[in-house]
Amino acid sequence: MAPAFTPEGGKQTRRADDSTALDVRDLSFSYSGQPVLESVSFDLKAGEFAVLLGPNGAGKTTLFSLITRLYDHRQGEIRIGGLDLRRHSVEAHAQMGVVFQQPTLDMDLTVRQNLSYHGALHGMTPAEALRRASQQLTRLEMQGSLRLRVRHLSGGQRRRVEIARGLLHEPRLLLLDEPTVGLDIASRRALVEHVHRLCREQGVAVLWATHLIDEVYPDDRVIVLHRGRVCADGGVAELVSQTASASIGEAFDRLTEGEAR
Amino acid sequence: MSLAAYGHCLRGVVSRELLRFVHQRSRFVAALVRPLIWLFVFAAGFRMALGVAMTEPYQTYILYEVYIVPGLVGMIQLFNGMQSSLSMVYDREMGSMRVLLVSPFPRWYLLVCKLLAGTLVSIVQVYVFLVIAYLYGVKAPLMGYVLILPALVVTGFMVGALGMLLSSFVRQLENFAGIMNFVIFPMFFLSSALYPLWRIREGSYLVYQVAALNPFTYAVEMIRFAMYERFNGDATLIVVATTAVLLGLAILAYNPARGMMTRKAGAGAE
Repeated sequence: MAPAFTPEGGKQTRRADDSTALDVRDLSFSYSGQPVLESVSFDLKAGEFAVLLGPNGAGKTTLFSLITRLYDHRQGEIRIGGLDLRRHSVEAHAQMGVVFQQPTLDMDLTVRQNLSYHGALHGMTPAEALRRASQQLTRLEMQGSLRLRVRHLSGGQRRRVEIARGLLHEPRLLLLDEPTVGLDIASRRALVEHVHRLCREQGVAVLWATHLIDEVYPDDRVIVLHRGRVCADGGVAELVSQTASASIGEAFDRLTEGEAR
Repeated sequence: MSLAAYGHCLRGVVSRELLRFVHQRSRFVAALVRPLIWLFVFAAGFRMALGVAMTEPYQTYILYEVYIVPGLVGMIQLFNGMQSSLSMVYDREMGSMRVLLVSPFPRWYLLVCKLLAGTLVSIVQVYVFLVIAYLYGVKAPLMGYVLILPALVVTGFMVGALGMLLSSFVRQLENFAGIMNFVIFPMFFLSSALYPLWRIREGSYLVYQVAALNPFTYAVEMIRFAMYERFNGDATLIVVATTAVLLGLAILAYNPARGMMTRKAGAGAE
């Protein structure tokens, strides 16, 4: 069965740029007069992996709330796969998968029930949701977990189920908001590796928000967010040489004036 | 988006709510014990003091237990409506509200699905309660048990929409205790759930006036009439109108273009 929401269903004019998974232009946002984001701009090509690096309080969660349209942005523009988020909310949402900072699975329900619920939220039949769930779980080396209750899974396994959930409707863009919070080092490393591999194999664009420098791979693109502004955007080597640093860690420290520690 | 996709969405939200309900046995027991205590203890104790004279829709003099059952049905739904909005505050803190809201379906539709799911859970509770009441001796005409179903759906929507609206204002779980004191208790006590309006009027004209303005009174009367195979047009009209207003406000409160969610997130966000 075809996915319930095909971007192809949209008019040609909506698909301004097919190769761009996410386009954020001049995005500003403030809470009660306090600026949180100030003219943030960046874009993400299809299948690209980018780390959104920023210390706590940099505005990462706000940025995610705006991209997922928990509430509306008032200044600037957000496009998902070329579609304006506010005007084509339905189609745009169908193209994004999200892993939130907080765990959001129902603990007493099984993995299958959780994924089936998500499939329904994207208009899938239970059979279709099950087929895709098995597929995604296999890719994440979680096959055989369908009947288990989420409560009985480890923190790292729960995260992988959430990633499988985020990819269930085959989005072009996967957003992860500090997905490694609360995981031990080994699970953290495994998760970073898994998502990099998914990005390569499935061609999904990934925006990975974190404040942890060791989650950055040498080939990654890094967008540094500091006090609501993008203060650097480029490859790891580029950032290191731009800031005349010895490592990306040092570069990050310099860019954020040591606030990351 | 096809109509079938909408159907799958509704099925998904409803079955999640029912599954969660099945797993929360303590919630189910609490939801039943509350009205049963009123029925077995309160009503039995007060039936001597508070005999109820003939009043519509009853054809004869009735025992207090008989009078109180529709009010307790309303109480089950009221508690359930507030509980599901409590779970919405909880969901929002835990992020599962976000999971719902990033679905591509229109937000009003998602909220209506959520309300319908909560209403169905309350209806399950109501029927279990009515079976126990029946065995205890409070019997209504069999057809009455069928006829109350639409009344239960409307009431469930009304209290659910009220809870949803409140949940958009409550920032944290802790503030929710206030809702118990300032919403559930006044709505229940200042209504015709425990005494008929004419009797309240004899006691206090002020309380009578408040009860006559309380939409919960009309929900209880609508259920009471339906249970005895009568249709109370005025009550139904008031309840449906109240539901429409509350639902509209709740959908507005969760609209991304309005400030409501923004202010909330502002409290905890980076």
